[in-house]
Amino acid sequence: MIDLLINVTLLTFLAITAVAMVRMTDLFAIIMLFGIFSLLTAGLFVVMDAADVAFTEAAVGAGISTMLMLATLALIKAHQEKKPLGRRPWLPLVVVTVTGAALVYGTTDISNFGDPLAPPHTHVAPYYIEQSMADTGVPNMVTAVLASYRGFDTLGEVAVVFTAGVAVLLLLGSRRKKNNSTVDKEDSNDS
Amino acid sequence: MEFILGHYNYWVVIFLMMVGFYTVISRGNLVKKIVGLNVFQGSVFLLYISISTIEKGTVPILKEGFEVYSNPLPHVLILTAIVVGVATTALGLALVVRIKEAYGTIEEDEIHRQDHSL
Repeated sequence: MIDLLINVTLLTFLAITAVAMVRMTDLFAIIMLFGIFSLLTAGLFVVMDAADVAFTEAAVGAGISTMLMLATLALIKAHQEKKPLGRRPWLPLVVVTVTGAALVYGTTDISNFGDPLAPPHTHVAPYYIEQSMADTGVPNMVTAVLASYRGFDTLGEVAVVFTAGVAVLLLLGSRRKKNNSTVDKEDSNDS
Repeated sequence: MEFILGHYNYWVVIFLMMVGFYTVISRGNLVKKIVGLNVFQGSVFLLYISISTIEKGTVPILKEGFEVYSNPLPHVLILTAIVVGVATTALGLALVVRIKEAYGTIEEDEIHRQDHSL
């Protein structure tokens, strides 16, 4: 019961934080709110029994993402968002409301939160819960799947992160010497 | 009441998803757009972890005396997604820095005006 209470409270806080983020125009405040958003998400993951995900989110989401955004803010030296001119300010709101309503209609079919008989708990997962110790000798099932059963997927993930890192270096690495030229958008494509 | 409590997670997830979506399509500031994308992404993480939760379950680490564990497979998916998400965020922010240098602004409508594209 206390779990459910914490869960509902944190989710409500998340919703409030997200709305505050949309309404603010100060970029620094928005980024700090995003840090709070990530931390609340990490807390929710703990309540929902996902410890591994929680500390990844706390370290990578709340820590590194927020830091990267602050670094960007320092580089671009812009601290205020301009109010959108808005040719049709109601159009995004209509799109979002319609999409949201369709998705909420979709949730009427989904089984209740934490239902032990929900389809995700009855088909594939029991195999990993029962066999992972015998198959891999790792007590932590998340680690067993991540590094052993799906080791190649994790290798693919490393490739993605490496590609992103190389792309960031290509975009920003040659910045210093080109500071004076204004039209050099195409330069980053040539290597 | 049970239906509302059982679906509250999913509704908040949808609300967050739509707030992120709204930020991306209605705001012109590129940094704010990236924050919006991250909110959207965070809501998807919450959706998966909500689905993996099981009543009276515990963290999926084997230990004597515990029988019910939450589903470890969505945890693995989301662990991967968080790390990849940060990589793509970093790439997006690098593009913002380059756009600022090339155009002198990070507001979308000003960029369009300079390009005469809108």
